[in-house]
Amino acid sequence: MDFVRNFPFMSIILSLFSGPLTSILNGKWAKRLNTLVIGTVGIMSSFVLAYTLKTKQAFVYIMGHFPAPWGNEIRVGILEAFMAVFFCIIMMLCMMGGIAEREAEIEESKQNLYYIMVNLLLCSLLALIYTNDLFTAYVFVEINTISACGLIMIRQNGRNIEAATRYMIMSLLGSGLLLLGICFLYDLTGQLLMSNIKEAVQLLAASGQYHVPLILALGLMSVGLAIKSALYPFHAWLPDAYGYSTLSSAAILSSLVSKGYIFLLVKIFYRVIGFSVVCESRVINILFVFGILGMLMGSVSAIKEKDIRRMIAFSSVAQIGYIYMGFGLGTEVAVRASVYHILSHAATKALLFVAASGLSDSSGGSRHYRDFTGAGYRNKLAGVAFTVGSLSMVGIPMFSGFISKLLFAQAAMGHDRKMLPTLIALAISTVLNAVYFMKTVIRIYTPVPESAAIVSQRPTVECRRVNWKEQPAKSVSLVFFILLNLLLGLNSEPLLHLIEAGLGMFE
Amino acid sequence: MSKKVPQEQYEKTISYKFRQWLNGSKDPYLDTVEMKPQVPFCETESERLQREEENQQLAKKVYDLEHNAEIRLFGKMYKVFSVIFCLFLVTMLLIGVSYLPTFGHPENPANNEVSERYIEKGLQETGAVNIVTGMILDYRAFDTLGESHVLFIATCTVLILLRLDKKELQKSNEANDRIYEPKNDVILQTAARILVPPIFIFGIYIILAGHLGPGGGFSGGAVIGAGLILYLNAFGFEKTEKFFTAKTYRRLSFGALACYSLAKSYSFYTGANHIESIIPLGTPGAILSSGLILLLNICVGIVVAGTMYTFYVMFRKGGY
Repeated sequence: MDFVRNFPFMSIILSLFSGPLTSILNGKWAKRLNTLVIGTVGIMSSFVLAYTLKTKQAFVYIMGHFPAPWGNEIRVGILEAFMAVFFCIIMMLCMMGGIAEREAEIEESKQNLYYIMVNLLLCSLLALIYTNDLFTAYVFVEINTISACGLIMIRQNGRNIEAATRYMIMSLLGSGLLLLGICFLYDLTGQLLMSNIKEAVQLLAASGQYHVPLILALGLMSVGLAIKSALYPFHAWLPDAYGYSTLSSAAILSSLVSKGYIFLLVKIFYRVIGFSVVCESRVINILFVFGILGMLMGSVSAIKEKDIRRMIAFSSVAQIGYIYMGFGLGTEVAVRASVYHILSHAATKALLFVAASGLSDSSGGSRHYRDFTGAGYRNKLAGVAFTVGSLSMVGIPMFSGFISKLLFAQAAMGHDRKMLPTLIALAISTVLNAVYFMKTVIRIYTPVPESAAIVSQRPTVECRRVNWKEQPAKSVSLVFFILLNLLLGLNSEPLLHLIEAGLGMFE
Repeated sequence: MSKKVPQEQYEKTISYKFRQWLNGSKDPYLDTVEMKPQVPFCETESERLQREEENQQLAKKVYDLEHNAEIRLFGKMYKVFSVIFCLFLVTMLLIGVSYLPTFGHPENPANNEVSERYIEKGLQETGAVNIVTGMILDYRAFDTLGESHVLFIATCTVLILLRLDKKELQKSNEANDRIYEPKNDVILQTAARILVPPIFIFGIYIILAGHLGPGGGFSGGAVIGAGLILYLNAFGFEKTEKFFTAKTYRRLSFGALACYSLAKSYSFYTGANHIESIIPLGTPGAILSSGLILLLNICVGIVVAGTMYTFYVMFRKGGY
């Protein structure tokens, strides 16, 4: 067996082990260890990706001395390895972007606790990506939930505690439904291993036996994960959680935590239930309807919002809606588009959060939309980055958002009943996105007249120029985010092949 | 302006009209538009006061929660809909359950080769007389590894929420009656003196005998944690902090979890690479048997006991 095959297991254990290790370190060393762990895991995952691309087949790694249905195992294919690499890159950039905010907003004695949360979050994301066992997935969903709560409430003011409480309640409801779904499936099939459940489910679906509980289990798992990833009617926790937590938490939560759950749902669709069974059931129609509602309502709420962080947060609701709409279409092409949108949204949303914080640095720390007048001139890099992110979200060619919208539209073409609603929703949603993102871009590039004193109901904000050297880590992360966005937007063809091959390995 | 054609003719061309439209001086639908330069916003003192007053009145009216019919309606509907939602969920789940295979039937799908091997070969393969322990700490050790980290991260979250800094702790100590601890309640102290040692010994027994009979790290750790809490209540923080502080907890839990991770990494690594594990299984039934299970049980026990005690202290005092 090649040594590279050990790397997925090693990256999980390394990030898991770094959690308790961080608890005996102080803040400074905890930060270094965290960077080291994310970097090492990223490098190891890229080796795994190269290996799977070379061998062109997935491999199974037994966790222990007992083979699959008795022991645990993890399974690594192209898409899994790619996701791991991608998540590591995004996490690294998010952590880099938020250094200054973390130091200012988190108490000195609690710094290392923050890094424990991040390390274990990384571990749980990796385990969710790699696992081949439904129950293992549930255990790591728990770790993911608790660490996400910790990330929200590390900044201790009233809004954050409230946001964390909301997040916890909604997220636990989601976990509970997921667990119920897993129990139902176990009762019907007697297995917890994904491949074995799939065999049994195919037999049950073919014979028509236990039809009701099977659909119920699928529904429970889909709804549970949809709640956890903030699909439209279950998004009440999201704006506060993303809007008031410290910068790197908001970026990580929006771009990684929700995406981890969505990736698990893709795995459940493909590897546990079987995609044909999922498509035959009516569960995907529900996801489709709520996805489209989310696309529209999320944007409408974002237009109303005056706080820029909350505005970006509401835009997440709309983007998650896109992803679920893709699942709802129920074709291979649409799921590919959804997976692409996971990547595109993860790269863009984190960029927007970091850029918005850069703009607010130059506007006296305010987050109110009105105070951002001319901020693009005061902090040039953040202004450019915010523009790139906005253009990508709206779906302008060259940027990643365009590709995913194009893919969704292509996937909808020729679909007998869902073509028209999808295309109309895409069009309306694009216009709505443009309304609030372009409004902000125009606002940050509106020069402030020197002579006219700005008289507003609130005291004028303290404007100052921000040089890129002031916070080099944030500037570097912004530059990398912009490059990543352009890479996703201009170089989508190989990525699409990779996603196609990866989804093919799920069978 | 044009140099080649006269002004009147030039005014009729499309390019001139386009330029006018671009300048904003003429609208194709409204005809000529009068452009006004923007004046800086200024207001007198009285205007400002009036505006502020209006704003305040508006805010008062909007946030008058007691007399707001909409909010009251929302509150009522909220209750109604939550009851309806719960009933819907309960009915749906009950219907789902009624379709499931009969409970305890031998032909059920859950009674398959997986549980068969656990029951028939469990003793031989893991060396643990207690099959459940063998299952969670050997067959499916990866899940349990995750589960023990769930406990660890839960403690960390509680620490984030409730831990106070040293200075704040002193302040809060002076502000409330915890400073009068211990209360020196004779009944409690006597009972604790008698009870605490057997509780500890019983907890340790449960942990050590986890692979031989009912018990294991989780339950034994909980018993020891309860003993620690009883001791703390009887004798106060001064006594317990002599042997158990935050630092001790951090080191203990790190040691236990590190030990667990390393031990399990070894067995995962050897298992996946098909290397023979050097850890002997021993004779079933002996205390030193069943490979790593005893060690793992001790690790889990330490983590659980520390977690319980830390939760209690955090909720009570916010630091130790």
